[in-house]
Amino acid sequence: MTNILKIKNLYIEAYSEEKWQPIVKDISLTLKKGEVLGLIGESGAGKSTIGLAAMGYTRQGCRLASGSINLDGVELMGASDEDLRLVRGSKIAYVAQSAAASFNPSHRIIRQHVEAPVQHGIMNYSDAQKEAIKIYRRLFLPNPEKIGFRYPHELSGGQLQRAMVAMAMSCEPQIIVFDEPTTALDVTTQIEVLAAVKEITEKMNKAALYITHDLAVVAQVAHRIMVLRNGRLVEEGETRALIRKPKQAYTRELLNVRSLREEKNESEKMDVILTVKDVAATYTGDENVLEDINLTVRKGRTVALVGESGSGKSTLARVITGLLPAIQGSIHFLGEDLPLELKHRSKDNLRRLQMIYQMPDTALNPKQTVRRVIGRPLEFYFNMHGKKADDRIRELLSNIELEPDAYINRLTTELSGGEKQRICIARALAARPDLIICDEVTSALDQLVAEGILDLLQDLQNKTNISYLFITHDLATVKAIADKIVIMLEGKIIEQGAKKEVLAPPHHEYTDKLLSSIPEMDPDWLDNLLDERLDSYI
Amino acid sequence: MLSLLRQSPLSARIGLGIVLLNCLVAIFAPLIAPYAETAVVGNAWETVSDRFYLGTDHIGRDLFTRMVYGARNTMALAFVTTALSFSFGSLLGFVAAVKGGWIDQILSRIIDVIMSFPTLIFALMILSVLGSSLPVLIFTIALLDSTRVYRLSRAVAMDIEVMEFVEVARLRGEGLWWIIRHEILPNAMPPLTAEFGLRFCFVFLFIASLSFLGLGIQPPLADWGGMVRENAGAITFGIFTPLVPAGAIAFLTVGVNMVVDWFLHLSSGLHE
Repeated sequence: MTNILKIKNLYIEAYSEEKWQPIVKDISLTLKKGEVLGLIGESGAGKSTIGLAAMGYTRQGCRLASGSINLDGVELMGASDEDLRLVRGSKIAYVAQSAAASFNPSHRIIRQHVEAPVQHGIMNYSDAQKEAIKIYRRLFLPNPEKIGFRYPHELSGGQLQRAMVAMAMSCEPQIIVFDEPTTALDVTTQIEVLAAVKEITEKMNKAALYITHDLAVVAQVAHRIMVLRNGRLVEEGETRALIRKPKQAYTRELLNVRSLREEKNESEKMDVILTVKDVAATYTGDENVLEDINLTVRKGRTVALVGESGSGKSTLARVITGLLPAIQGSIHFLGEDLPLELKHRSKDNLRRLQMIYQMPDTALNPKQTVRRVIGRPLEFYFNMHGKKADDRIRELLSNIELEPDAYINRLTTELSGGEKQRICIARALAARPDLIICDEVTSALDQLVAEGILDLLQDLQNKTNISYLFITHDLATVKAIADKIVIMLEGKIIEQGAKKEVLAPPHHEYTDKLLSSIPEMDPDWLDNLLDERLDSYI
Repeated sequence: MLSLLRQSPLSARIGLGIVLLNCLVAIFAPLIAPYAETAVVGNAWETVSDRFYLGTDHIGRDLFTRMVYGARNTMALAFVTTALSFSFGSLLGFVAAVKGGWIDQILSRIIDVIMSFPTLIFALMILSVLGSSLPVLIFTIALLDSTRVYRLSRAVAMDIEVMEFVEVARLRGEGLWWIIRHEILPNAMPPLTAEFGLRFCFVFLFIASLSFLGLGIQPPLADWGGMVRENAGAITFGIFTPLVPAGAIAFLTVGVNMVVDWFLHLSSGLHE
C-alpha cells in the first residue's frame, strides 16, 4: 500500500514572549490507505497542532517552520491558499472535539453538511442531501431521513458528534483527522461515536489520525500509536505491541491503571456528618429533577456520586449547598438540621461545607491573585490579616504542593489547569471544612494531572480526616477513590452501597451498562462489546 | 504607569496627545484666548485674518476665542455628566444582575419606562419644568444616559454572575456589595470602558441638540455643539465657520476613542 500522508521533520513554531518558539519538534509520520494512527499525549504535547498541520493549517499565532507535509502527492508546506482550499474537505477532513461548538446553531445540520461538496463542485445540492442521508444511516443515527433537517440544539451530544463525523465524510476524503472526538462525552455515548469511527475506518477503508489523551480509547481504533510529549515523539509502535510492552517510562505512566486506594471499611459506629433525607427538588415548579434522595456521608470517607450528564448529580450538589432549596425532605449536617436555603445558613455552616468545581478556569476570578483567592476565606471566616494570613496562605500552598514564593503573587490566569484546580482546593481548605463537595473536579484535566489531584485529595483526607462527596461520570476515578458509591439515573438513586458491593455482580441493569462502557486497555474490547450488545438487541 | 506609556502603541500616543492638548487648552483658556469669551469684536462671519485667526461667528465674536472657551465648557460638562451616568447606571445594573428576582424586575421596568420616552422629549420636559441651569442639565443628561449604561452593565454582569467564582463567593456568605466590588466590577471593566468613550462623545452631541432648542448651555457661554448650530446657516454661503467646532468635536472624539481602545486592550489582556 502506498503512503497517502507523509510528514517529514516537521517543526511548528508559536509566537510567545516576543519570539518564535518551537512547539512541535522534528516529527515525522506516514499514513497508509485505510490505516489509523493514534496520536496521544497530554495537553501541550502538540498533538492537535500536528493534526491541523496535516491539513496545511496552523492556529493563529503559529507557523509551519520547516519540514515537509506531503498529502497524496501534493506538498502542503508553502502551498497557496487556493491549493490548500482544493485539498481541505475533499482529500482531508477534520472532526473537532466539541461538535456543539463547531456547528452553526442557526442552520439545519444537513445544510451545513452539503456545504463542502457543493462548494467543491463534487455534487449538486439535492444529490449531496441524498448522500448525507446515506451516511447518517451508516453511522447509525436515529431516523436518518429526518435527523438532518433538525437544528444542532435538537440533537444530543453523541448524535451531534456523529453528525459531525458524517459531515467530515461528505466529500469522501482519503484521510480524516479526529481531534478528541469523544473527550466531552459520557462513557455510554462515547461508545456510539467510537462505533461510528470504526465503521468509517474499517468498512469504508479511510485513513485517519486519531488524537486523544486517553490511551484506552485510542487502543480501540488505532493500528499504530505515537506517544508525544512537549512537541517531541516519545515512542511509536503497533498498538498491541505498544500496550503490551511499552519501552519508555512516560508511556508506562500513561498506561498505569489508577492505583486503587486501600480499603477503608465503613462501620456503623463512625460519625455520620451529612444525612440527606427524602429530598426532592425542582427548577420549574411542576417537574421534579430530584426525587427520594437519601444518602449519608461519614467522617473521613469518600462517597462517589455517579451518573451520566443530566442524571441530577450536580443538581443534588446545589441542593446540599442551598443554592437550589429542596422543596421536600431535610438535610442534616454535623448534628443539626441545615436550613434548606442558603441565606438562612449561619456563617459557620457555610464554612464547614465547601465546594470545588469542574472548570477551574471559571471557578477562579481572572482578576485576582493567588494571595487574594486563598486569603479571602481566611479574612472572612477567621478574621486573619497581614502576616498571620500570609503565613497561613504559604502553609496552604505547600499543602497543595505548590512552591509558595513562586505562586503567591501570580494572577490566576497565569496558572495551568492543574495548578488552578490545586488553588481551588487550597481555597476550600482555607475554610477548614468538614465536607468538600467535588463536582467533576478531574474531568477537565489531563490524565496524569488528574491523577495528581486525586492523590492530593487522598493525602489531605488521610491527614485531616476530611470527607468528600465526589461527583463524577468517570468510573475509573470512582474505582480509585471511593469508599461508597451512589448511582443516579434520571434524578433518582438507583443503587448505593460500599464500593465492593456495587462493583461486584449482580448489578443493577444500568450499573452494568455503565460499568461495561468504560474502555479497557484491551484493543479487542470495543469489538467484543459491540458484538455482545448487537447480540442482545437481536 | 510610565513604563506602560512607553510600551503604548502609536495610536494610543496620538489619542493621548489629542486629549492632553484639549485639556491644556481648557485649563489655560483665559491665557490663550485673545479676546473675552462673549465680546463682540468684529462683523459677522469675517474671514481669517491677523486679528481673527479663525474668523468671526454669526454676531461677530472671535471664533478662536469661542473655540478655546468652548473646549472648557464642553469637556467639563461632558465628563461630569458621563461619570455621573456611569456610576449611577452601572451600580444599579450590577445590583439588578446579582440580586435578580423582583429587584431586577422593578429596576428594569422603571428603566424601560424612562427609555420608552424619546430622550430629547424627556430632556425638554424636565428642563422646561425645572429651568435650564447647569446642574439640572447635567443631572438630566446623566439620568437619560444612565439607562443605556444600566442595560449594558446589567447584561455584562449577568454573564459574569453565572461564573462559578461568583457562586463560590455566595457560598462563602459574601454580601452584595463585596460581590459587586470584588468579583463583578473588575471583570466588567473592559466593555464599560469602551462604552464610556462612546457615551462621552454622544453627550457633546446631545448638549448640542439641546442648545439648538435653547435649553442646553445658555448663550452667551460658548460650547462646541451650540456653535455648530448657531453658525449652521453659514454653510449655504460657503463659509467654513460651522466646520471648525464640528471638526473639534470629531477630533476629540477620535482622540478619546484611541485612548479607550488602548485601555480596552490593557484591561482585557488582548494583544494586537
